[in-house]
Amino acid sequence: MHIDKDLVAASATPLVLGILAEEESSYGYAILKRVRELSDGRMEWTDGMLYPLLHRLERQGLVGASWGTSEEGRRRKHYALTEAGRRQLAERQSQWAVVSQTLARVWDAPGAAGPLSGPVLA
Amino acid sequence: MSSGLEEQVAQWRGFVRRRAVLSADDVAELEEHLRGQVDDLRAVGLSDDEAFLVAVSRMGSMDALSREFAAVHSERLWKQLVLSDEDRGPAARAASRRRTWLVLALAVGAALTFRAALWLMDTDVVWRAGAGLVLPWLAGSFCLRHRVPRGVVLTAAAGWVALLVVLLVSPFEAGGDTLVLAAAHAPVVWWLLAGAFYTGGRWRDPARRMDFVRFTGEWAVYYFLLAAGGGALIGLSLAVFGAVGVDASPVLLSWVLPCGAAGATVVAAWLVEAKQSVVENMAPVLARVFSPLVLALLVALLVAFALDPRVLGVDRDLLVLMTVVLVVVLGLWLYTVSARRPEAPVGAWDRGLVALLLAAVAVDLVVLVAMAGRIAELGLTPNRAAALGLNLLLLGDLVGSAWLAIGFARQARPFSALERWQTSSLPVLGAWAALVAVAWGPLFSWT
Repeated sequence: MHIDKDLVAASATPLVLGILAEEESSYGYAILKRVRELSDGRMEWTDGMLYPLLHRLERQGLVGASWGTSEEGRRRKHYALTEAGRRQLAERQSQWAVVSQTLARVWDAPGAAGPLSGPVLA
Repeated sequence: MSSGLEEQVAQWRGFVRRRAVLSADDVAELEEHLRGQVDDLRAVGLSDDEAFLVAVSRMGSMDALSREFAAVHSERLWKQLVLSDEDRGPAARAASRRRTWLVLALAVGAALTFRAALWLMDTDVVWRAGAGLVLPWLAGSFCLRHRVPRGVVLTAAAGWVALLVVLLVSPFEAGGDTLVLAAAHAPVVWWLLAGAFYTGGRWRDPARRMDFVRFTGEWAVYYFLLAAGGGALIGLSLAVFGAVGVDASPVLLSWVLPCGAAGATVVAAWLVEAKQSVVENMAPVLARVFSPLVLALLVALLVAFALDPRVLGVDRDLLVLMTVVLVVVLGLWLYTVSARRPEAPVGAWDRGLVALLLAAVAVDLVVLVAMAGRIAELGLTPNRAAALGLNLLLLGDLVGSAWLAIGFARQARPFSALERWQTSSLPVLGAWAALVAVAWGPLFSWT
């Protein structure tokens, strides 16, 4: 399924912060694989674009970064959520909860012509 | 990984590395990603070539990626504004040559304007308005680089001319304090107005303002080098002509020296732009060298004040000198901020800077108390009022900087907060300079 690029952009930050909250630290490729896994491959990102996003979060102090070594002995940059990042994530979560709740209400409302209500009721 | 694949990855790395905005670390990070993706694709049965092609195409367009990186790391871009000629076609090379000639023409224009001013006006009039006559040529050279919106040009030019007219027609008393103050403050206003041109009209953007700060530091370094070289050459020429019995001083001192001093403003700016990608920025390096020394100076001063508080009341020049020291501290801080990689981890250096700022705040408080004492005792003079106002502004700026720097050193605040604070203080300083240049004369009856 193609997802509008504005929507992808808007959800990217909370998604990355959420994935980093799952573990102590992670790195670019692992984060991307996790996105594919969580969305069952339906959310396709352009791989490279993850990195400017991570660097922006690093600048904003939401994630911290350190260089380590991968199992294959290559240099790898690890990212971990900071305290400010955790707070930001909590805030984003409550914002998204409101948005998705609102959308769910309007689409589930009787008489709504959304993709959920129409075919399901019919 | 097979050798064929290694070679492909190496080729890709070479291709990506040419993107000036990507640092070596960024390339390493992207390469690590590419290799991870290739390994996974081979594990599910793709051939080496297929895996490489898919991994590269998933990485996305390098142009789009570079733009995104540039948006995040705008400070890196400053050094790379000038592409080397090899990267461009003949048309671009011709345009670059044409611009070089235009810049030289502007430098000659600046030189002749200044010489004509010396010829037509009294020397003290030239002193107070000289910068206002020379710097438009510099602003003109900025317009060659960026398209500046007409509204910005008109507004800045109107402010420029208004200040120039006020300085030229005001009945300053010859050698009076208000004249000296106006002559010292007006160039700050004109310089910041030139900054509006430098930013291509986007003067509200903190990143562009920071670029102008970087430019200012590099310009000062180049101008100083040109002035030192030119001064040495003039001295040598005087000596050589003197040795053969010719007095060259009329030509050298009344033509070469003023024309060179004025033209060098434009030439220095052009050198900054042309050599950005060649030389490491100098101003931040100097700031790094001198910050510890200035910290030592501030601490020594505080100790001296503590041992004998009376020294503050003895020499009236001391307070002026202290104000200069504090301006230097602010400059050092500004250049350190402009050059710091925002994503670098907090280190001993950052804590040292906090110490520098706190020492400066302490010194400024001492100076302000001494100043208030002098004003209460001897009354308000133009110099004291200007120094008091400037010190209050400096105190505000330093306290804010120290507060944000402590937050940053404790990792409670991002670095961008510091940059924003510094860049938003620039218009305030400009407004103060304009106020002193324009209002001090009438306030203190032109004395």
